[in-house]
Amino acid sequence: MDDIQLIDKKGKRKDSRGPEDLRPIKIEAGVLDNADGSAYIEWGKNKIIVGVYGPREMHQKHLQRPDKAIVQVSYSMASFSVDERKKPGQGRREHEISKIIAEALERSIISDQYPRTSIDVYIEVLEASAGTRCAGVTAASVAIADAGIPMIGMVASCAAGKINGQVVLDLDKLEDNIGDADLPVGYIPKTEEVVLLQMDGHFTPEEFDKAFVLARGACIQIQELQKEALVKKYSQEPEENGTDDNGENKDDMAEGGVLQ
Amino acid sequence: MKDIVPDLKVEQIKRLAASGGRLDGRGLDQFRDIEIQRDVLGSAEGSARIKLGKTELIVGIKVGMGQPYSNKPDHGMLATSVELKPIAHHSFDQNITKPMSIEISRVVDRGIRESGMIDLKSLCLESGRKCWMVNLDIMVLNFDGNLIDASTIGSLVALSGTTVPASLFDLGEDFPLPIGNMPISTTFVKIGEHILIDPTGTEEAVADARLTITTDASGDMRAMQKGLSGALYYEDVTKAIEHSIKTGKNIREIIQRRD
Repeated sequence: MDDIQLIDKKGKRKDSRGPEDLRPIKIEAGVLDNADGSAYIEWGKNKIIVGVYGPREMHQKHLQRPDKAIVQVSYSMASFSVDERKKPGQGRREHEISKIIAEALERSIISDQYPRTSIDVYIEVLEASAGTRCAGVTAASVAIADAGIPMIGMVASCAAGKINGQVVLDLDKLEDNIGDADLPVGYIPKTEEVVLLQMDGHFTPEEFDKAFVLARGACIQIQELQKEALVKKYSQEPEENGTDDNGENKDDMAEGGVLQ
Repeated sequence: MKDIVPDLKVEQIKRLAASGGRLDGRGLDQFRDIEIQRDVLGSAEGSARIKLGKTELIVGIKVGMGQPYSNKPDHGMLATSVELKPIAHHSFDQNITKPMSIEISRVVDRGIRESGMIDLKSLCLESGRKCWMVNLDIMVLNFDGNLIDASTIGSLVALSGTTVPASLFDLGEDFPLPIGNMPISTTFVKIGEHILIDPTGTEEAVADARLTITTDASGDMRAMQKGLSGALYYEDVTKAIEHSIKTGKNIREIIQRRD
């Protein structure tokens, strides 16, 4: 594994990034017409679209909570999102990621305002190139804000990892495949809460510390991009649209509830 | 979950149609605007993102290796699937959308297959043993009616930009998927006595009958599908065919236009 040089002596990576550089990130809010809130993210070669429906009636009555809304997440990868065609439908990996993202997002939502409802988040990975859970949760948070759902703050997420024994930010596909460690972090900058944390590979305590601080710093940076995406959408004149009569309402809520 | 809103609008739809109008301001034989983005995904051998009015979908094509069907040992394979996921509409869930997605993928597949658009024979590598397999997957992102035509248009755009990854299998250089005659589908609904082309979600929800006609570049019929429980008259069908040929020509030009 170590014989492949992913980072040179000057700290330059294969894609010419430095150790602490993010891949290019582009976020757009409000990209789908039917969903109550939506967002599209391009992060390196990752392309992910997220749609949010709700709060709406929770149909499975036994899952209803009398005191708050339930956040349900479906993270799935399109059959054409990877090199070798993936069988349609969710596998175990997708179920696990859906669950940890739901838990991360649930903390960020002021869910006691909507008892007995569900907030349904659909994360569709169109093209995957390492870091889809971080990109997915980042876009999902923007989509939830776009839906006008009140939050304590948006979740931003980014991974740090280790390649050729060196701690670096935001692994790309090659680095993820043959790297030594990966640490995805989801963070609410406003409350300084960590809401998503996973790790695999091998870190010394010092390396972990360095990786964590690096990922957290990136989350703070990414939060600004999330806000910009929302500001961009909501500072535009509303599109002339006869049938969409809740547009104005959404505007007010997003501005009052999220953008600080 | 049944939407009641379309039912409340049906009288208005009929009233407008009587004077040649529709809820969204179109004429009865007017198609919605088509927006096309080509080659949107790096992970797929061919891809497209399509908007037909507010209906929006992504088509991704993966080309791999397979074994020819035993009844067609000298042909490559094409497999078409449509996914109607809950992201696309608040009423979509597996139980509701499964029969719908199967019908759509079969009608789209039939049009492409029957027109001979893909030269499947040239995709056979070894009779009965080895061939190229074209997986055409359609993911609907936003639903506002007429998925058959939107899926067909998206598929044609994606197929016409598809590369067969021969070098990946040590079979020489990559080459473009051999594409010929493009089949264009046009879908109509009958509401009361009126025939409307390219129905929206609301129009589909209140329609009595649906008819899809797929035509080729010479204006010949390549596939047809009648849907829903209402009936059509002979005159309805001939009128639809006439509009289908005319509209098909326009759509073909839009798809082939390289911007």
